[in-house]
Amino acid sequence: MTAVEAPAVPGGEAAVPPRAPRGRAWIVAVAVVVVLAAVPLFLAPFATTTLTRILVFALFAVSLDLLVGVTGLPSLGHAAYFGSGAYAAGWVSINVTAQAPVPLLAGVAVGAVAAALTGWITVRSAGVFFLMLTLAIGETVQQLGNAWDSVTGGANGLTGIPSVRIAGAPLANAGFTYWYVLAVFLLGFTLVRLVARSPFGAALRGIRDNEARMRAIGYPTSLYKYAVFVLAGGVAGLAGSLLAAQARLVALPDLGFATAAFALLAVVIGGAGSLWGACLGAALVIVIRDALGPSLGGHGTLVLGAVFVLVVYLLPRGAAGIRLRRRRSPS
Amino acid sequence: MTALRCTGLGRSFGALKAVDGVDITVEPGARHALIGPNGAGKSTLFKLVTGTMRAHAGTVELAGRDVTRLSEVARCRLGMSQTMQHASLFGSMTAAETVALAAARHEGGRISPLPRRRSAVRARAGERARERTNVTAPARSARPSVARTCEELLAEVGLADRRDVPVPALSHGERKQLEVALALACRPLLLLLDEPAAGMSPAESARLLELLAGLPAEITVLFVEHDLDLVFSLADAVTVLHLGRVLLSGTPDEVRASETVREAYLGAGRREELFFT
Amino acid sequence: MLVSVLNGLAIGFLLFIVAIGLSLVFGMMDVLNLAHGALFLGGAYLGAAFSGSWGGFLAALGIAAVGGLLAGSVLSLMTGPLRRRSHLDQALLTLGVAFVVAELLVLAFGDDPLSVAAPPALDGSVTVFDAVYPAYRLVLIGVGAVLAVVVYLVVERTRVGAVVRATVADRDMVATIGIDNRLVTTAVFAVGSLLATTAGVLGGPIYGARPGLDATVLILALVVVVIGGLGSVRGALVGSLIIGQVDTLGRVLLPELASFVLFAALALVLVLRPQGLFGGPAAVGAR
Repeated sequence: MTAVEAPAVPGGEAAVPPRAPRGRAWIVAVAVVVVLAAVPLFLAPFATTTLTRILVFALFAVSLDLLVGVTGLPSLGHAAYFGSGAYAAGWVSINVTAQAPVPLLAGVAVGAVAAALTGWITVRSAGVFFLMLTLAIGETVQQLGNAWDSVTGGANGLTGIPSVRIAGAPLANAGFTYWYVLAVFLLGFTLVRLVARSPFGAALRGIRDNEARMRAIGYPTSLYKYAVFVLAGGVAGLAGSLLAAQARLVALPDLGFATAAFALLAVVIGGAGSLWGACLGAALVIVIRDALGPSLGGHGTLVLGAVFVLVVYLLPRGAAGIRLRRRRSPS
Repeated sequence: MTALRCTGLGRSFGALKAVDGVDITVEPGARHALIGPNGAGKSTLFKLVTGTMRAHAGTVELAGRDVTRLSEVARCRLGMSQTMQHASLFGSMTAAETVALAAARHEGGRISPLPRRRSAVRARAGERARERTNVTAPARSARPSVARTCEELLAEVGLADRRDVPVPALSHGERKQLEVALALACRPLLLLLDEPAAGMSPAESARLLELLAGLPAEITVLFVEHDLDLVFSLADAVTVLHLGRVLLSGTPDEVRASETVREAYLGAGRREELFFT
Repeated sequence: MLVSVLNGLAIGFLLFIVAIGLSLVFGMMDVLNLAHGALFLGGAYLGAAFSGSWGGFLAALGIAAVGGLLAGSVLSLMTGPLRRRSHLDQALLTLGVAFVVAELLVLAFGDDPLSVAAPPALDGSVTVFDAVYPAYRLVLIGVGAVLAVVVYLVVERTRVGAVVRATVADRDMVATIGIDNRLVTTAVFAVGSLLATTAGVLGGPIYGARPGLDATVLILALVVVVIGGLGSVRGALVGSLIIGQVDTLGRVLLPELASFVLFAALALVLVLRPQGLFGGPAAVGAR
């Protein structure tokens, strides 16, 4: 944000690390977006809905990846912020207005505030303590959701959430909801990607690699961790508001341990630190849980549990790790 | 005004007084060496000075300012920077990215949460007619001035042609050189080097000596080193530490001539070493 | 008031039995076993399946003990290859096991919460200082206290215990001086899991058996371990008793905010003593 200093960097190609050429990456990204945008025109409503769920969960996983993959903070309680955002968006839609940006902003604000309230304790801990604390916080928030049933609907969940309205008109069908979710997903994904590639993101990776050294070169690392924790909470809240828009129902499990764990699984399947990998991981999790789950007698969790175990043994660096290793091996 | 003054500095671990009432004065622009047998408390003293570890007693003054209660981060911002004994770097970064990290923090600008590309593009559009300099950015997102600092520092420590090599692929000696570049990128007034030559080949060690000798006079250097050849060819002041206390502080010649120092290293000290290491 | 204190004691000792295994496994092997709660739940369902008679209760205890030993050994073998990997990997693995076990239990016993009757003769109430109190909980306090003393003596006074404590203090050093602690670590894992499953049976008459109980118990145990300090027997005991009291008192005084009271206690301890009440600084440094 500071003023630009001369001389200009002959940027682009020469400065890019020797990975994919910039041009091709852009083409792939644009192609993916175009295909995603065209989907409701070709797929059946059920498939479109599944894809919508995938996008919602993918944005949630991406926000978690900012913590786990980029900063090295393995959170098991991130669903607390996702769920808080979802409840906030749902509540606002019911009681105030479902007009487009309002539920989104409510989700972001509540997710970020919840992260800000709880984050100061968690970021002072490291490694396995961080894991335990986030787990405990996630559970606490879930119990709070249960106790505060005048707002959250308690064990029944928050039901009867109206469709999001854009310019006064409600989103009439699955296709419009999908486009709404896709647009917000792209916004959130781009934001996280920009942050991950910024100097701030470089500092976060430095903290992941060697926090003590970062302090020694003058970075107040706790502050940075706190900032990214709040940011990740806000993006999770944004994803939560999409959940409210898509499912029109928010329930306690959305706040809970299993949701947080599945998001972590998605991040790890995709290869921690790889944002697109987290999206693929999210797709796998949702397909197993929601699409295949019913045909497995409702026991998608059982399969996912087995996936956890397999991933740890077979894919120590996730799907992105496979590609990375192949790329690097010649050098 | 002194560059660094420690007064009555102390720190104990249980019953062991690792650093016990140490007074050290480092003059501005000095090349001040800290030597002593193993277990003398050199590393602990370093940590007390940098703020990595809290002192139990005494004060640390940096350029006349009491920094005893300040954190490591704050001391670094005030001009204290260090290299670690065991090269301690960032496993996922290249040499240039490593230096850029410190340079970005100390170039005066804010650490932006957004990439700089957009503004760089805008600047480029505005100055299209201008001749492009041939500086390449160390990281896509770095400020131009950060990029230049990185290039200069990497060239200074002799890593210019290794800028895009990932840190894990660097040799031990190269990592130590990178440590120095990283510490210099913090724009130090006082540079603390913990055994900079440890594990280096003679050639690398000679180059390091050249580098340190060539540092500008505004940078004061305090270093711990076991290689006494390096100590006596670089230092203009030497403090000898033994069992947590200052045995002697003086010019290299005084230290070389001292009988007590000889004893600490070869006599009684040798026996202590067996027990305390 | 007295009832609340007694309830706190009963839950505290039960928690100690669960938490000590978690704590020692982490202290010795640097493995955070997130499947620990699922083991407890397994014990609870066993207790539910066999409840109603002394024979059934004892059979459930026996099966839970053997099952716990086996499960612990298997978990120890599974985490073995991950010893040098990140905590995240270990957490994912044990989390996966936890999900699989919990789902299998639901498949076997159904979704509905099961209540578990205390064994005959203990299902009544007795009068303690004018207060009516379930007899089973009093017995549980006694059993818990005895178990706590036994574990404490084994860890603090025996040769095996010495290896355990040394491994907690400095894993690499113990390996360096030539003690093969693999057998001891596997044994600790097995016994820790045994304690978790038997605690499940013992806790059945209090908590019942229901899906989700595994997470609740796991989190209570984690809070105990964090408060007490990782790998410390005394810390786990004090932490359990504190959490037992805080939890029951919180439920009596501020039923709406009981979970917050727990979290506040945790936060308070961590802000004042990040390494836990009894953990050495090494416990924080170890990563």
